[in-house]
Amino acid sequence: MNLTKQEYEKLNQKASKNTKSYITLPMAFLVGGLICTLGQALMDLYSTLGFNEKDAGMLVSASLIFLTALFTGLSLFNVLAKHAGAGTLVPITGFANAMVSPALEFKSEGFILGLGAKMFIIAGPVLVYGISASIIYGIILYLVQVFAG
Amino acid sequence: MATRLSQSTIRLDKPPAILEHASIVGKKEGDGPLGQEFDAVNEDTTFGEKTWEKSESRLQSNAVNMLLDKSRTATSDVDVMFAGDLLNQCIGSTYGLRELDIPFLGLFGACSTMAESLISASLFVEGGLASKAVAVTSSHFCTAERQFRFPLEYGGVRTPTSQWTVTGSGAVLVGCDENKPKIRAVTIGKIVDLGITDANNMGAAMAPAACSTIKTYFHDTREHIENFDAIITGDLGKVGSRLLCELLERDGINIRDKHLDCGCLIYDFDQQDVHAGGSGCGCCASVLCAHFLPKLERGELKRVLFCATGALMSPTIVQQGESIPGICHLAEITEN
Repeated sequence: MNLTKQEYEKLNQKASKNTKSYITLPMAFLVGGLICTLGQALMDLYSTLGFNEKDAGMLVSASLIFLTALFTGLSLFNVLAKHAGAGTLVPITGFANAMVSPALEFKSEGFILGLGAKMFIIAGPVLVYGISASIIYGIILYLVQVFAG
Repeated sequence: MATRLSQSTIRLDKPPAILEHASIVGKKEGDGPLGQEFDAVNEDTTFGEKTWEKSESRLQSNAVNMLLDKSRTATSDVDVMFAGDLLNQCIGSTYGLRELDIPFLGLFGACSTMAESLISASLFVEGGLASKAVAVTSSHFCTAERQFRFPLEYGGVRTPTSQWTVTGSGAVLVGCDENKPKIRAVTIGKIVDLGITDANNMGAAMAPAACSTIKTYFHDTREHIENFDAIITGDLGKVGSRLLCELLERDGINIRDKHLDCGCLIYDFDQQDVHAGGSGCGCCASVLCAHFLPKLERGELKRVLFCATGALMSPTIVQQGESIPGICHLAEITEN
């Protein structure tokens, strides 16, 4: 074929449309904002019920995780996420869905090698690099405190 | 005897016939523009099985059993069966067909497997090595998603160039019959890789292979586009189809008026959310069996090129940064 890889890539770029970010960005902003608003509403509710700020915050996280797991199991989360994109991915809902969806998918291979092993297939990297980053941040903070007195 | 025209193209001088065909698809494909043409549309995409892999096996075995029923052929009359699918170790075929007691040759050519199996069956029949041979392939959206992409319930976003794996299977019975559609020539494709690394843009990865095979066929046979009613590609989808036409035009071949792509035909782009179109080796298999072969039998099409394309990759090698090699095999099919 009398065509270099670079020339073909140019043809490909022209033929392959990008995501319509003028639709996806506002949708992500809107849905992500609504999820956070729901979180705030739950926070206010739990505070009204007499929980202190720390406990209410934990209850909000647990509630959002529960709702995501429920909606994932009902095959509704992916329908919303298709339109919401990062709006459902970035809040804690994205993490919960990333854990629950492989658990559901791979339970057919058994509880150990299927569900147990594959549960972290998407969320695993987030945990590895999230925890690693926080450890490095902690060391830097410690060193700064030691040397800065 | 077959005549070898070149390294790639073989003319079948005693052309074998496609005696019968069967197609089964899932609900989404049944809702598409070709919905009425499939032999069976299964509303339940589990096909009554507990896991998706077993569902695909059931789908493929149902297609072969339907083929044998339609053609009133006993399993003992089939000398060899060529089958393939997209799953690791081709388990869709091996587990689906293990009860059939027919000599079995498993093939992998990704989405090009239907052409690969059809070519193999035709060459066996033409060469007198089999009196009847079956060619069958299948794909299933749910098995492909879990092997190649993400869990079904994962809230990810598909890119505009991605294609939707067809839940479907197509099976043909190849033998000898004066009055049935014939395989007149075949071109065995070469692996072509122009450096596409995006596994969500397989149309672009496969288009150069389709271009290479189609060009080779016309060069080797000295045929002209005007003598064909349709040039049917496997599942290039929107992106790959556009690239194929552009690539062939650079070499002075214009197929725009004749080109049809199974990946673009099987779904309704406006109503069904399939991004760049359909894919999977059940795509061109089911469209060939449900749409094109009946048209050839009725004489609505006289002569076509069936060019199934495949992206010969696995998630592992793509994650290692390798580009995606494409392949395209071609069969010339005439009305009789």
